[in-house]
Amino acid sequence: MKSLRGLLHLQQVRELSLFVILILVLLLFGSQIDGYFSPRTFSRIATTVSIIMIVAVGQTIVVLTRNIDLSVGSIVGFTAFFIGQQFGFNRDLHPAAAVALAMGVGALAGMLNGFLVAYGRVPAVVVTLGTLAIYRGALVEYSGSQSIATRMLPDWIKELPQQTVFTIGEVEFGALPVIALVAVILFQMILMYTSFGRRLYAVGSSTEAAEVAGIPARRLVFTAFMISGALAGLGGFVYLARIGTITAVAATGLELQVVAAVVVGGVNTNGGSGTVFGTLLGAVLVGTIEQSLIRMRINEFWKDALLGVFILIAVTTDSVMMSRLRTWWAARAQKAHKREALSAPTAGQVEA
Amino acid sequence: MMQLLSRWTWLRRWETLLLIVLIIVLVINTQLSPFFFDANNISNIFRLSIEKAMVVLLMTFVIINGEIDLSVASLMGLSASVLAVTFEAGWSLPAGFALALLIGAICGALNGFFITYLNMPSIVVTLAGLITYRGVARILLEDRSVGGYPEWFTGLAQNEWIGTFPFTVILFAVLFVVCYIILSRTSFGRYVYVIGNNRPGAEYAGISVRRVKMLIFVFTGLMAAFAGLWYAARLGNIRANAAEGFELDIITIVLLGGVSIFGGKGTMLGVGLSLLVVLNIRNGMSLANVSSNVQTSIVGALLILSVLIPNWAQSLQGSKFWRSFVDRNRITKGEAV
Repeated sequence: MKSLRGLLHLQQVRELSLFVILILVLLLFGSQIDGYFSPRTFSRIATTVSIIMIVAVGQTIVVLTRNIDLSVGSIVGFTAFFIGQQFGFNRDLHPAAAVALAMGVGALAGMLNGFLVAYGRVPAVVVTLGTLAIYRGALVEYSGSQSIATRMLPDWIKELPQQTVFTIGEVEFGALPVIALVAVILFQMILMYTSFGRRLYAVGSSTEAAEVAGIPARRLVFTAFMISGALAGLGGFVYLARIGTITAVAATGLELQVVAAVVVGGVNTNGGSGTVFGTLLGAVLVGTIEQSLIRMRINEFWKDALLGVFILIAVTTDSVMMSRLRTWWAARAQKAHKREALSAPTAGQVEA
Repeated sequence: MMQLLSRWTWLRRWETLLLIVLIIVLVINTQLSPFFFDANNISNIFRLSIEKAMVVLLMTFVIINGEIDLSVASLMGLSASVLAVTFEAGWSLPAGFALALLIGAICGALNGFFITYLNMPSIVVTLAGLITYRGVARILLEDRSVGGYPEWFTGLAQNEWIGTFPFTVILFAVLFVVCYIILSRTSFGRYVYVIGNNRPGAEYAGISVRRVKMLIFVFTGLMAAFAGLWYAARLGNIRANAAEGFELDIITIVLLGGVSIFGGKGTMLGVGLSLLVVLNIRNGMSLANVSSNVQTSIVGALLILSVLIPNWAQSLQGSKFWRSFVDRNRITKGEAV
């Protein structure tokens, strides 16, 4: 029980330090850019981050089971195009139907990944590197070098990014960030309070132990990929709403930003530890840096290199510092335990 | 049938299967186009993919060793970009080569350092490398394209030296033989297999696992940088997105060659055969006017199948059905005696 509390603490330390870094980054940019601390900056960052965040929630669940999904960028591109095309056929498509269709198409793509990983016993990198190419190729072939233009879309989806759901002070929360936040809160709850969520952690910590304990590890991995695909589909819908113009190369390379958000957010790539809230912070940090660099007009070309360096720093601190902290914590807990054990008999004697 | 299978074990080897696939592909390709066996086409098959083929050789070592390197394509782009920038700055080409190769080796060493000394998973490290190295290339070249290299440099990858075979093919053949010998005839090669099979066992046996892994990653970085220079020479025009996405083909060729993604298994011969298979499939698709994106999809499917099929074969061999079949065969033989 004690060690469990220690681990919980550790995750909080991780997220707290990320939060501090985020504030430092904001202060740094604030001192460089005039009028940086405005509601407009906030809503711009929030809108950009919402796509990454939705997809990253699914990626978190996959990474928790000690797998990785590199095909999400292609799934986002495919669903964005597919839904856009459905609007071209039928302008009066109901919003709920459009979202359901997007998530359904994404879930199908995710199920193929999950089937190959869980039941075909092919490593997730191999499968998703392959499907990354397959889904993109399918999009190119399916689109037939056509593209979705904004004018083909109904008005409600075009206005979605500008819509404000609620405001706190002067800060407006648009529809897209709210969708992302709902996904984050929902899946954080699922991970924390449902047996499904706890089992995901168990599978990621040790697949063998989980199987011995009677947890259907394969089915869970399959479900994790399906959820990741479905959320990538939802991400595709949001992408369509935000960008409007979709070509065959839409969302290429998005998977890198998504993986960056997850890893920077402190989800362990060896599986079994991490939270969706951590991913939220990671995504916000990645998005803030990206948007602020554009505002600063120093070279947008620095974006990718910084992203890579960020992943490396995050993973290194995780693997080096956090593991030291963990052993230190465990040693301290053990010492405290010993002290208790030593003092216990005397207490007993007094009673006697 | 069973006796034949058990006696002719070579028939069940992955390499034999690849050879059969290769022959089928060649037959189909000749049907597709009368120009397939044209000497020009054959030398083109090699010339247009020689950079990938070079990196494949080193990737074989990496994957047999139980790791993976996703950053090679970015490193190829980075080394080409370094050359372009130094050329723009008025350096001589050999100085640019030296710097590009040095940077390649350093990047490989960085990958190796994080993986071996900090014990981080190679997927994550090299994925970060994939983003970072490409990002540095973007910083260097932004969206410019740099060309105008001297004739001797661009001619290096294009001039025909011996018959219709360009210098690159001879170079690749030499590299292949060297890698083949290192992997299958030297103690270093044995270490690569042992570490991939059983890392703790290798450590107990006194093999310096870290040194072997470091060496492999440094040389992979060096080879990727070299291949990037070669790519630059062939195209004669360098952009920051050079060689983007090549890792898919490279990893596919290695895994299709019978190298186990879990490490410890595979031969250079198999990889050589699968190189021919993949290059010819791509060539055949080009002859049949298949678009390059569909080609990439098919390579992606090959990547998955190259791991899926051995897995299925293995579980089939262990299944009740197969065993009962073999056992019954044995019993009937016993009765006959």
